[in-house]
Amino acid sequence: MIRKSVSVLLVLLMMVLLLSGCQPDEGFVPESDADAKPAYGDTFIEASIGEPSNLLPILATDSASSEINGLVYNGLVRYDKNLKLEGELAESWDISPDNLTITFHLRKGVKWHDGAPFTSADVMFTYRLYIDPDTPTAYAESYKQVKHAEAPDDYTFRVTYDKPYAPALGSWAMRILPKHLLDGVPITKSPLSRHPIGTGPFVFTEWQSGEKVVVEANPDYFEGRPFLKRVVYRVIPDQTTQFLLLRNGDLDYMDLSPIQYQTQTDTLAFERRFNKYRYLAFSYTYLGYNLERPLFKDRRVRQALSYAINKQEIIEGVLLGLGQAATGPYKPDTWVYNPNVKRYPYDPDKARALLAEAGWHDSDGDGILDKDGRPLQFTIITNQGNDLRIKTGEIMQQRFREVGVSVKLRVIEWAAFLKDFIHAGNFDACILGWAGGPEPDQYNIWHSSKTGTRELNFIHFRNAEVDRLLEEGRRTFDQEKRKKIYDRFQEILAEEQPYTFLYVAESLPVVARRLHGIEPAPAGITHNFIRWYVPEEEQKYAR
Amino acid sequence: MLRFLAKRLLMMIPLLIGITLISFVVIHLAPGEPTDMQTDLNPDASVELQERLRAQYGLDQPLYVQYGQWLGRLSRLDFGESFSLDHRPVMEKIRERLPITIIINLLSIILILAVAIPIGILSATRRNSLFDRATTVFVFIGFAMPSFWLALLLMDYGGVRLGLFPIAGIRSLGHEYLSFSARIWDLVHHLILPVFVSAFGGLAGFSRYMRSNMLEVVRQDYILTARAKGLSERVVIYRHALRNALLPVITLLGLSVPGLIGGSVIFETIFAIPGMGKLFYDGVMMRDYPLIMGVLVIGAILTLVGNLLADISYAMADPRIRRS
Repeated sequence: MIRKSVSVLLVLLMMVLLLSGCQPDEGFVPESDADAKPAYGDTFIEASIGEPSNLLPILATDSASSEINGLVYNGLVRYDKNLKLEGELAESWDISPDNLTITFHLRKGVKWHDGAPFTSADVMFTYRLYIDPDTPTAYAESYKQVKHAEAPDDYTFRVTYDKPYAPALGSWAMRILPKHLLDGVPITKSPLSRHPIGTGPFVFTEWQSGEKVVVEANPDYFEGRPFLKRVVYRVIPDQTTQFLLLRNGDLDYMDLSPIQYQTQTDTLAFERRFNKYRYLAFSYTYLGYNLERPLFKDRRVRQALSYAINKQEIIEGVLLGLGQAATGPYKPDTWVYNPNVKRYPYDPDKARALLAEAGWHDSDGDGILDKDGRPLQFTIITNQGNDLRIKTGEIMQQRFREVGVSVKLRVIEWAAFLKDFIHAGNFDACILGWAGGPEPDQYNIWHSSKTGTRELNFIHFRNAEVDRLLEEGRRTFDQEKRKKIYDRFQEILAEEQPYTFLYVAESLPVVARRLHGIEPAPAGITHNFIRWYVPEEEQKYAR
Repeated sequence: MLRFLAKRLLMMIPLLIGITLISFVVIHLAPGEPTDMQTDLNPDASVELQERLRAQYGLDQPLYVQYGQWLGRLSRLDFGESFSLDHRPVMEKIRERLPITIIINLLSIILILAVAIPIGILSATRRNSLFDRATTVFVFIGFAMPSFWLALLLMDYGGVRLGLFPIAGIRSLGHEYLSFSARIWDLVHHLILPVFVSAFGGLAGFSRYMRSNMLEVVRQDYILTARAKGLSERVVIYRHALRNALLPVITLLGLSVPGLIGGSVIFETIFAIPGMGKLFYDGVMMRDYPLIMGVLVIGAILTLVGNLLADISYAMADPRIRRS
């Protein structure tokens, strides 16, 4: 008996091993065309790598929470599909001629999901909560710039600043919280962190820890009821599992990895069932030099290293071509991006020449440049868990070696990486990335006042002109004038090369084909999520 | 016997305190703090906020004060509040994850025993036969094969292509609309692959152990006596040899009691199972001290209890130990 079952198992195992060579056998779903009519109903299932931490937007910093909060809550303003600010809970706003006061005129008749009316008191309450020292929020900085806030009537909210502050308007995209449910309770103890109540297009229904969060359409939403009846966020921590679920029809949306995008989804069968999208993400990866180290104080060395790196090779090798070379801290398709800055095409000869100019020669013939008896070598550190960065480091290591620079690569667990290396200033160079947004203010990353412990200018970049430009950029509202300021800022960064800006990766979302109404735009695809629909004959979930 | 028990239980208290002290110091030795993880590299968070957060969590106190506070709370059976962004009681977070972890580990141990013990006995009694060699190869394939790889293969072929099993998770989407029996079946259906994968890797250890125990026992004089008496081979093996060969398994089982609440993070990640392994791993990565300590304390208690249970049941099963 046992012998039999064992041999059955063995055969099964062999089958599994043999089958791995076979062709995929995808199911076929009939395709319908553009004449599809919008209809209400159906469930949309997404996957999230991480479990949301907290559904009170003031406390949460993770992307899973923020995605769900984006459906449940609203801000006063938001970025539209072209990354311009438009009113959400605020119908309109006025900015005083001296740029110091913003008056928001709020939408009337908006109701919280529990039926209570939304008024300026909620906005006032949310603002006070953000600046309350007892609130452990990471987002207080922008609101501390406010000198005075008032709510003259139920539908007007006015803030006054000490100095003109250009990021101010965008900062009011923060999600407004219900005063009547949060007043008088310590924010960290509020039940709303597990059961949010907002004004947004979807109403929270349930959260099963570690499994899923479910929200349902808000029939009374002020911009109209969303077409999709229900949205389910499943917590699927592994991207490969997500992909299997997607292929099985258990998911309607996920973000693909470059390898999945290029080599696992290019079949006809897959394309019949899914639409793939690609657009540049609001983030970039860089090689940052610790400017406190004598080696990197010399600009020629930094420039030489930039010439020695083949960015295109990294994009091909690491992102499989799904990205663009970065030239500065801004995304290439935004208004603030300056394409006319000094570029560093791959040029090993120029790299060698610059290094020679800086006094580095290979005097002992070991293939490594040296100066005053010391070889040209340094260590690049990066954090564990990000394969793209590690591969990037390996590719650069090879290229550096070719121009006579010896580089070690060290991968360190995130917490230790920050504490013992980045914040301690204990590194030569690091591979890291910044995520940004439509707001171009880069004060916290590049201003010389932000070089303290645990602050973000940890490479200790100090440049008087950049300081002045960053201060001016914050105080200027006019977009054309701002562009001039930030154009110059980008020119200096390109010339100085405190970072070698490496690449901007692409977001690679894939959506089930039965979803219609998707409009790719500079802001991505989810900007009109409440207008996504499934035509009646294609709806999959009846309840 | 009662006195022996009471003594053992009392001795567990200083042991437990020692374990917690060492764990507490060691996790605080690791670089990085929970406040770092929540505010670091966030352009909007000020240094002042980080200081305030540290004070809120009590991290600005000397380590021995923190330990004293923690121990004080523990004596009231309070594991404290998680340092992660959700600020939930640690007890609640653990309680949510415990049942599914225990179910999977229990089923997997039962499966391992049900398969490994017969394999061990048969390979011992038919030593060097084809069966012995085949099963040896089989269990070592299980031992050597990376579980994540096997899991992905089974998910792809058993789940996506053949449609036999659900791919991940522990419940279907419409679970709450199902009848009670359908819900149970739904859960079982979801657990087949995870339990199989987690048991497959454990077969080798147990079956080899069983095999060598059995070989050891069969060489003993009393087996020779039994055979000399003319007993049938069946009776010799299953009545006289097996019972003795099973004794050490009790110890092994006792040792695997703490394993009931532990889970593999890789395995849980791939199957999207909200279990203890992932909870603990994320806790360590975020330096969520109260959560880490909570899980460690439960693990320590179960280890001590498991050892005690093993000793007691050993004494009950084996008269030689009882008398000495």
